[in-house]
Amino acid sequence: MAYLFGAYFVLWGITFGYLFFLGSRQKQLQRDLDRLLQDRQVSESPAQEGS
Amino acid sequence: MNRKLLFSDLLTAVSALAVAVALFLVFLVAPREAVMGNIQRVFYFHVPSAWVGYLALFVSFVASLLFLFRRERRWDRIAYSSVEIGLVYITQGIITGSIWAKATWGVWWTWEPRLTTSAVLWAIYASYLTLRRAMEDPSRRARVAAVYSVLGFVAVPINFMAIRWWRTVHPLVFDSEGSHLTPTMLAVLIFCVVTFTIVYFALLAFRLRLQRLSDQIQALKRH
Repeated sequence: MAYLFGAYFVLWGITFGYLFFLGSRQKQLQRDLDRLLQDRQVSESPAQEGS
Repeated sequence: MNRKLLFSDLLTAVSALAVAVALFLVFLVAPREAVMGNIQRVFYFHVPSAWVGYLALFVSFVASLLFLFRRERRWDRIAYSSVEIGLVYITQGIITGSIWAKATWGVWWTWEPRLTTSAVLWAIYASYLTLRRAMEDPSRRARVAAVYSVLGFVAVPINFMAIRWWRTVHPLVFDSEGSHLTPTMLAVLIFCVVTFTIVYFALLAFRLRLQRLSDQIQALKRH
């Protein structure tokens, strides 16, 4: 029974580990995207005011 | 709501439900195997893991071919995402197989044909991911990765056929005479295979969303 438990623990551990990796990657990418869009808005706004 | 996002969320919900039903079937419906006992229940997730591994690498193979012919970025995204997921499932298959081997054969690992070719397969696709990370130029990276993926796929049929071509201790469940399972065992296995396939497509949809997000960031950085 210990081997069965071990096998299922590893199987779901890998699955949830991968899901956690994807989730944290998504958060990181979303943060980067928001920051880039914000920087872009800031850099574009003086030009718009000037025109 | 975005139609793609809605489909992806629906796929995730169906996956979660199917996994719950699969666990119920494996532990409460499938009969206890007479010789191996309860450890045989690993089989219901070990085989689907291997199946999804093969499926993911096949999807990557087809997407890589399409990329080489059409040079469209989306095929490279699919090939890359699918290899990553495939490697996760191949890893699961190897580890659960190793635990099962320890319980039934008394050893964690033996260099018999199926296990050896599985280790080679794992190394080939782990190298694919390393190769991608090592290359800076996106178009060159996509081209080289596509060629590598097409060539690397040769290892998949060899791995599948290993227990049919060579003498091995690995069990052969399906052969020319059909399956060596009781009808209930076979039904549970089929349900688990379908479940894992749905989970694969849910993961692929999620992984592709991340890839598109990453591309969007790269495009913004360039301009």
